[in-house]
Amino acid sequence: MAMTITQKILAAHCGKKEISPGELINAKVDLALGNDITAPLAIKEFERIKVQKVFDSDKIALIPDHFVPNKDIKSAQQAMVMRNFARKHHIKHYYEVGCGGIEHALLPELGIVLPGEVVIGADSHTCTYGALGAFSTGVGSTDLAAVMATGECWFKVPESIKFVYKGKLNKWVGGKDLILHTIGDIGVDGALYKAMEFTGETINSLPMSDRLTMANMAIEAGGKNGIFGIDDITIQYIETRAQGPYERYYSDDKAKYVDVREYDVSNIQSQVACPFLPSNVKPVRELSNIKIDQALIGSCTNGRIEDLRIAAGILKGKKVHPYVRLIVIPATQNIYLESIKEGLTEIFVNAGAVVSTPTCGPCLGGHMGVLAAGEKAIATTNRNFVGRMGDTKSEVYLSNPAVAAASAITGRITSPEEIIKEN
Amino acid sequence: MKVKGKAWKFLDNVNTDEIIPARYLNTSQHEELAKHCMEDIDKDFVKKINMGDIIVAGKNFGCGSSREHAPVSIKACGISCVIAETFARIFYRNAINIGLPILESEKASRNIDQGDEIEVNLDNGKIKNITKKQTYNAVAFPSFMQEIINAGGLMEYVKKKI
Repeated sequence: MAMTITQKILAAHCGKKEISPGELINAKVDLALGNDITAPLAIKEFERIKVQKVFDSDKIALIPDHFVPNKDIKSAQQAMVMRNFARKHHIKHYYEVGCGGIEHALLPELGIVLPGEVVIGADSHTCTYGALGAFSTGVGSTDLAAVMATGECWFKVPESIKFVYKGKLNKWVGGKDLILHTIGDIGVDGALYKAMEFTGETINSLPMSDRLTMANMAIEAGGKNGIFGIDDITIQYIETRAQGPYERYYSDDKAKYVDVREYDVSNIQSQVACPFLPSNVKPVRELSNIKIDQALIGSCTNGRIEDLRIAAGILKGKKVHPYVRLIVIPATQNIYLESIKEGLTEIFVNAGAVVSTPTCGPCLGGHMGVLAAGEKAIATTNRNFVGRMGDTKSEVYLSNPAVAAASAITGRITSPEEIIKEN
Repeated sequence: MKVKGKAWKFLDNVNTDEIIPARYLNTSQHEELAKHCMEDIDKDFVKKINMGDIIVAGKNFGCGSSREHAPVSIKACGISCVIAETFARIFYRNAINIGLPILESEKASRNIDQGDEIEVNLDNGKIKNITKKQTYNAVAFPSFMQEIINAGGLMEYVKKKI
């Protein structure tokens, strides 16, 4: 039977040669992830049924990243619950504040998630690792607790939708724009319960950072997982960092897809998702009259060094608009350090930006940039729901790092071309 | 088991940021989370409902973040079940795992109005609209999921297997 990459990975993890969409399986999990918000609930459930040991202390990652450095007493207590559990059970992949960063940027960077693996995480953006050719999906805290106890998780084998991207990307257009355009096309439940498989000639030359951004937002279309085939770009990324061996899986030519959607990317301009859904997408040029109070560059979606380089390229020698707060958050400590070494941090600070240590904080209205009623922000994050970054009467516009940087300079939503004039 | 209560209607794509905003995620205490259920859509929701009332929503209920705090807050504030046309998948898993009854029914979602008196038979998925004298059938759970539900949630199910 011809199978997709998603089917093949799941089949290999439940000891079957073939599996079909709709089938319920119990799969062995290669890595289970939790953070300072979701892990405490999981730990409570784990301890409630009196399990003595985790299934494998090398296959669990616990990352404090949401409300860290702790924003208040309660969040400090939550972080402590996770820290104590990590120490008690000798969890290998626990990365303390100052040694880690945002989970979905950190795990690929350290080579902890690898192609062909089954990864679950009590965080919806766990789908990010599909960029590496892994099956990875978000679950809840109780699911995480069950996996920590048993090493297995139940799944309904998803149907797959194939997305084919053709043509040459326009200047200032990247993975963020492709995925926003795609979500705009199919809607926030357009891939509900389904695997989103990203393919095509444009994808074949798309850098890993852009692939991670695309897979990261599969959940915003309701997808179970987003996934890319393994190619030279994957191998090049993995080779220097892989912490173990890995398998390569490829979709069969005759694999079945419930839908195939093709995009000519030469028609796609920089995209912005307007309040209050990630599917409410418009080209940046149509929004140039929207004034902003804050710009945020960071998050698991766009907080990698490549994103910071793009933003710095636009901000170099410029000043942030006096009515705008620009917040830049490198996603991991390594990216933070690299940003200093490359002189990017200096560019940001000279421009008048705040540069924070790694945290998810502002993306979910937690801390480090919460919005007041009536305020508008442009953000390189992944969600713009009502109240996502603060007051229910605030608004979030989602964009790529170039648009966010350009907008920070002018004080309104701005196409990078307005700032960087090409000859 | 049967549950009975008044219907509270919500639209499509109710997300978990609205069900329980992130500013309350610095705790996992059920009673704390219950106080803020649905606050960003209707700030008085928790005050207005009675024990056993039912949420009836459109498509993709519970989309967004994986926070299990969302179904926990719904269950802990006294809502007896959630009926929707479809659920986002992580919310669907979470609800089953923690024992919050959920039912998928397009007809129920379309026909039930705010304030209708609803009775749900959780064993066979029959949804009775007492106000409108209508009956709708929910999509049945696969037997595997029914086992988790019958065990009283995922951890109880897992406990038996270990």
